[in-house]
Amino acid sequence: MTPQPFRTAAGGAIDRTRTLSFTFDGKPFQGHPGDTLASALLANGVRLVGRSFKYHRPRGIFTAGPEEPNALVALGAGARMEPNTRATVTEVFDGLTARSQNAWPTLDFDLAAATGWLAPLLPAGFYYKTFLGRSQVWTRLYEPMIRAMAGLGPAPVAPDPDRYDKRHAQCDVLVIGAGPAGLSAACAAGAGGARVMLLDERATPGGALLASRETIDGLPAPAWAGAAATFAAMPEATLLVRTTAFGRFDDNLVMAMERRSDHLAPGAPGPRQRLWQIRAKQILLAAGAHEQPLLFSNNDLPGIMLAHAGQTYARHFGVLAGRRVVVAANTAGGGEAARALAEAGAEIVALVDGRPEPEAGEWPVLPRAAIARALGTKALEGVEVARSGGERTMLACDALLVSGGWQPALHLHNHVNGRTRFDEALQCFVPDGVLAGVKSVGACAGRFALAECLADGHSAGSDAATEAGFPAHFRAPNAPPATSAARQAAWSGPVGAKSFVDLQNDVTAADIDLAHREGFTSVEHLKRYTTTGMATDQGKLSNLNALRRMSGHLGVSPGAMGVTGFRPPYTPVTFGALAGLERGDLMDPIRTTPMHEWHVRQGAVFEDVGQWKRPWYFPHAGETMEAAVRRECRAVRTSVGLLDASTLGKIDVQGPDAALFLNRIYTNAWLKLEIGRCRYGVMCTEDGMVLDDGVAVRLGPQRFIVFTTTGNAARVLDHLEDLLQTEWPDLTVFLTSVTDHWAASVVTGPNARAVLGQVLEGADLSPEAFAHLGMIEARVAGVPARIYRISFTGELSYEVHVPAPYGRAVWEALFEAGEPFGITPYGTEAMHVLRAEKGYIIIGQETDGTVSPFDLGLEWAIAKSKPDFVGKRSLARPEALRSDRKNLVGLVPLDGKTIVEEGAQLTAIPRGAPPVAMLGHVTSSYWSEAAGGPIALALVKGGRLRHGETIHARYGARSVACRIGPPIFYDPDGGRMHV
Amino acid sequence: MLLIPCPHCGPRDEIEFACGGEAGRARPSDPSALSDTDWGEYLFMRRNEKGLRRERWRHSAGCGRWFVLERDTCTHALRAGR
Repeated sequence: MTPQPFRTAAGGAIDRTRTLSFTFDGKPFQGHPGDTLASALLANGVRLVGRSFKYHRPRGIFTAGPEEPNALVALGAGARMEPNTRATVTEVFDGLTARSQNAWPTLDFDLAAATGWLAPLLPAGFYYKTFLGRSQVWTRLYEPMIRAMAGLGPAPVAPDPDRYDKRHAQCDVLVIGAGPAGLSAACAAGAGGARVMLLDERATPGGALLASRETIDGLPAPAWAGAAATFAAMPEATLLVRTTAFGRFDDNLVMAMERRSDHLAPGAPGPRQRLWQIRAKQILLAAGAHEQPLLFSNNDLPGIMLAHAGQTYARHFGVLAGRRVVVAANTAGGGEAARALAEAGAEIVALVDGRPEPEAGEWPVLPRAAIARALGTKALEGVEVARSGGERTMLACDALLVSGGWQPALHLHNHVNGRTRFDEALQCFVPDGVLAGVKSVGACAGRFALAECLADGHSAGSDAATEAGFPAHFRAPNAPPATSAARQAAWSGPVGAKSFVDLQNDVTAADIDLAHREGFTSVEHLKRYTTTGMATDQGKLSNLNALRRMSGHLGVSPGAMGVTGFRPPYTPVTFGALAGLERGDLMDPIRTTPMHEWHVRQGAVFEDVGQWKRPWYFPHAGETMEAAVRRECRAVRTSVGLLDASTLGKIDVQGPDAALFLNRIYTNAWLKLEIGRCRYGVMCTEDGMVLDDGVAVRLGPQRFIVFTTTGNAARVLDHLEDLLQTEWPDLTVFLTSVTDHWAASVVTGPNARAVLGQVLEGADLSPEAFAHLGMIEARVAGVPARIYRISFTGELSYEVHVPAPYGRAVWEALFEAGEPFGITPYGTEAMHVLRAEKGYIIIGQETDGTVSPFDLGLEWAIAKSKPDFVGKRSLARPEALRSDRKNLVGLVPLDGKTIVEEGAQLTAIPRGAPPVAMLGHVTSSYWSEAAGGPIALALVKGGRLRHGETIHARYGARSVACRIGPPIFYDPDGGRMHV
Repeated sequence: MLLIPCPHCGPRDEIEFACGGEAGRARPSDPSALSDTDWGEYLFMRRNEKGLRRERWRHSAGCGRWFVLERDTCTHALRAGR
């Protein structure tokens, strides 16, 4: 067995009866259940765990919690590799593999550490000052250089194999943090039967109690925490451990991430992580506080850590941060950490305290003293102590525990509307003002002593339950009153240039000083100029020191400077948890038509239209898309084709005022449309721009079906509902979406009548009985159908609509009937070509919300005599009547072979350097079998007056001369669809 | 995410709703009687108040009904509208 040289002989909450094996940078180590990766590495004497972001300085484990700025490692391998994981919150399991980051070639010998020597050349604002200049220098030199050297771990490239899920929850009282205040609050709130949820980010509830020697109700603090946590057995209570509340949002919504199996070997059953969205009547923030570092030269050396972290490793994990320990503090926290390490077997070399009368102990105490600098290269070897009198002392040590006081974790308080103020007595920022339904308690509110936390939590928990309508019965827990030693002003000692203010972003005191000299003194400027507080730890250990330093230069209180706002997430959240199950096929609903399986069997290639899967084309074996589309187009023009148009939006419009309603929403006249007749209509928005177009049919005196573009169906329904409910509540009209209720098969081409006639019963297809734009009800293949004689190809066309369950059978019957004619199923690409040959627009292709019916040459569909319709007034505005608006035109490339790119800009001259006036753009472009060459539709300024002119389509390096003409390329008088 | 009181369904998450902007802007009964300036005022100009403002909301993923809600644009405090 590999020894764990820094593991204490006894004590701690780890399970010493079992041993777990893990590797760090390929080297095998052992730990115990209950260890974090950080505690296990420390137990094994591993000090150097990473290199810093900018200067590649050696870094060790600095904290015992989520605020860790240094010990970021990559866990796992392959698709499960996860970079930038904090070793201090990663639980060890058998087989865990971790690697250090940001070092090359090895952690121990990092060549890029040479940037440390260049540090004088890399001050604050370096990025802004250096990278101004020619953009090529940036893209070719600086960016690759920075990407290679700076930054954190690499992201995995393979798809994430793990599962994630989401839960929504509601509760009466949500308590965030299961330390003394949180546990006390949750017990008080839950006693009366309120639904209470208590979240804690660690594996074990207790927070600071886990490393405390105090007693509560006569029990040792860790034991009291264990007993209090049993409150979760109450029927309405929930305790979630390994769960970080990372954001508070409007109306008391909290988002939290639960790590369900990160502490188990990869591939454990169930979801890896779960995202919680919790809506609570009352929220109690008991997230505790973060101990702050001290500033002195080389304060980032491995072996230096926060005092309470050292205490936690000693008492909770049974691990010594070092054997010869110096403790440096400017609050009473130093003495307790010294006691913890001494009890665990370390030698306390000295307690270095900035205050005049620090607490005495069984170790040398140096008052009015501070660390001047730390000594060592890759690990701490000693410290130089400065006394306020000026003398300096060298002390040899292998660990230095530092405490610069505590800063409440204000993040969740601050996320929504929570203001903060600087408390001069506590020398930290605390919550300010009152939030509805949200309260900070305990250390989170600046009440740091145990007795205060318990009392504060208890009363807040009782109040919250009462607010939520429940009685509170629980007896308040009791702890010895805090030794209320008066706060003493501390001497802070000399602060050298290489004192790191922000450990994760490598910001030094000198950088803050430079920002001051250059005038970047507001908190917002300070943050952005120096990047302090902008790393993934969001400045949990750096904001306060940076503000203290700057406010010292300015001669004001940190409170006068204020703080920058915190934004979610409090700690990093995985994309997996945010995505949950909504990935791949579950990301968005997939809609298919009743005929979909037939298309799949025929080898159709599909395209996405909104959420729909539509056949794009039906290639024969070995056929290219180009050849397939040409064949499909030829079939429609010469014989007969079959299109699945089921995706078309269909709105059933019923009511006594249905005709009046249509008359107001379409640009043309609808009152006199006969029953059984169809009409093409254009809908505008109130600004006069085209919203949608399509056919509507009158089924009865009070009933119509409105057909919409496939991708626009929901939008049109919303538009119509808005008008009906809010502008014209006097109209009695009901709208129902029936898109999915009907399957539509379009039989189109010169032989369409012959094909449909074979499977039709009870109707006459002769042009006299069933003319263009008519509708009949009949049986097709034995199924009751509505047949519409409307055409989107310019050929004789019948749209056969049947109830969706019959869609496949009727489609197959039509196909069988058409086989003697070579009936050809065709997809959306051929549909687009065929309609473009006729100059029919597609919403979203020829229109983009800035195109009016006039621009499209649809003035024939505007009833000028109607007193009003949606958009009419706007169409009379001078802007809508300008002759140089872009008009729809047809383009024919002069070379007769180039299919110009859709979106190409159109200019008057073939080439030339910018600026060149842009006269319009290509909206649709295809090869047309009917025209025997390429065709395009375009919007061109004043286009309707420019027929016959030449214009140039410009895209990439290409320039293609095109002739402008009318937007129609086939059968201009429309005779073919009227036969 | 706001918790919006739908007058027909009760409080629901904001994602179930669509905001339709400022409330109380009735479509003129005879738009042709308006000058271009007045029509432009109706069509394009919005007040964008700071503080309490009346808004149109639709419970689009629920009952589908439009209603008026008062929302404080500084604090997001909500109140059922008139």
